[in-house]
Amino acid sequence: MRSVFSLYRSSVGKKIVMAISGVFLFLWIVGHMLGNLKVFFGQEAFDHYAHGLKEFGDPFLLHGQFLWIVRFVMLAIIFLHMLSALAVYLQSKAARKTGYKKEEALTFTYASRTMRWGGVILLVYIVYHLLHFTVGSAHPKFVPGAAYANLVVGFQNWWVSGFYIVAMIALGLHLYHGLWSACQTLNFNNPRLRDLRRPAALLITLFIVLGFCSVPISVLAGIVTLP
Amino acid sequence: MNLILQVWRQDGPDSKGRFVRYEANDISDHASFFEMLDVVNEQLIEKGEEPIHFSHDCREGICGTCGMVINGTPHGPDPGITTCQLHMRRFNDGDEIWVEPFRATAMPVIKDLVVDRSALDCIIQAGGYISANTGNAQDANAIPIPKNDSDLAMDAAACIGCGACVAACPNASAMLFTAAKIGHLGLLPQGQAERNSRARGNCTNHGSCQNACPKEISVDFIARLNGDFLRAGFK
Repeated sequence: MRSVFSLYRSSVGKKIVMAISGVFLFLWIVGHMLGNLKVFFGQEAFDHYAHGLKEFGDPFLLHGQFLWIVRFVMLAIIFLHMLSALAVYLQSKAARKTGYKKEEALTFTYASRTMRWGGVILLVYIVYHLLHFTVGSAHPKFVPGAAYANLVVGFQNWWVSGFYIVAMIALGLHLYHGLWSACQTLNFNNPRLRDLRRPAALLITLFIVLGFCSVPISVLAGIVTLP
Repeated sequence: MNLILQVWRQDGPDSKGRFVRYEANDISDHASFFEMLDVVNEQLIEKGEEPIHFSHDCREGICGTCGMVINGTPHGPDPGITTCQLHMRRFNDGDEIWVEPFRATAMPVIKDLVVDRSALDCIIQAGGYISANTGNAQDANAIPIPKNDSDLAMDAAACIGCGACVAACPNASAMLFTAAKIGHLGLLPQGQAERNSRARGNCTNHGSCQNACPKEISVDFIARLNGDFLRAGFK
């Protein structure tokens, strides 16, 4: 066990921290996307779901406690994910001070080259998203507790929906590389299964991106409306 | 064929380098890349100029001495070969070819296209060995090794230590080199004694190293390295 805590000191350990924190973030995103789809079941179902998140764990937890626990845990996981990414980035920068005049892209995928900027776009988006739908300060007509109305009014703005979709594409690229990369880092490399990692990562990514994007598109298309 | 070369010239480790333009005229398309450089160098020597310095030895793709970045790709545009195995027929008449040394802080330029790769030796010293007791060698067949394991170990052992993976890596990391050694030794019974203490490698799983490797060593070995690293962490 001595070395479990010293793992982080090496670059491989930093990647392991990034992979494990990434897997937790991925699981959270799956839950978030499936929750969002409840918007298609109408205002009452969606508001009931949003309210349920605050009451989760009753009677063991009081109103909103579950949500605050999740928020703190998520904040810690995002912090670890970013910290390890920053540390690896700084090591890489130091490892090649003089670059190439000519450089061919030899990487397996385009997605892998977007990870660092894609991560920054996602961070900016998450801050805006929280101000928009959670705090409400970036929302024109925010009503606390009226999740469905806030969502529909919010996404009726083309700019808001456009930014959302751009952020989801960034998320898709990040996930497509991230899921495969986490398999590599955590040695999920069984010879019989490893060729399925890319197609599986692509399918899961498409499922998540299309699931998320269906909400603003449906609002703009007039499928999801205020009664 | 006639070609235009843009070659990195650097007088010494501490001097500032620059690209110099050379014209290579009347080159046979059967010539290897090094034979083409030899022709250019003979002309430079005749003119009393300093020839272009580059590392080379066996010129048949097995020693791992040669290596330069040609038009942005370590060992040139073809997959699975070293620079010495690259032929001029791969290029078109009138092409402009950019020739640069391998770039990594850990592999500094000594002169022109020659880099110091002794950092790879440090990795070998840290764990790229097995414990072999002195005395009579035991019978070769005394240690049973499954065929799949020995084949996989041989795939990793194809690494010639040229450093192209470091040159291609967006992180300038020797992860594929290290992973090849760990895979090669860790798959065999003789390598088990040091398995948990063996050297470790900064991988962001881009895959450039596999595409640059003259021996086409797979990044599957990097996953294996990560697995061994995790396993050792819990010992």
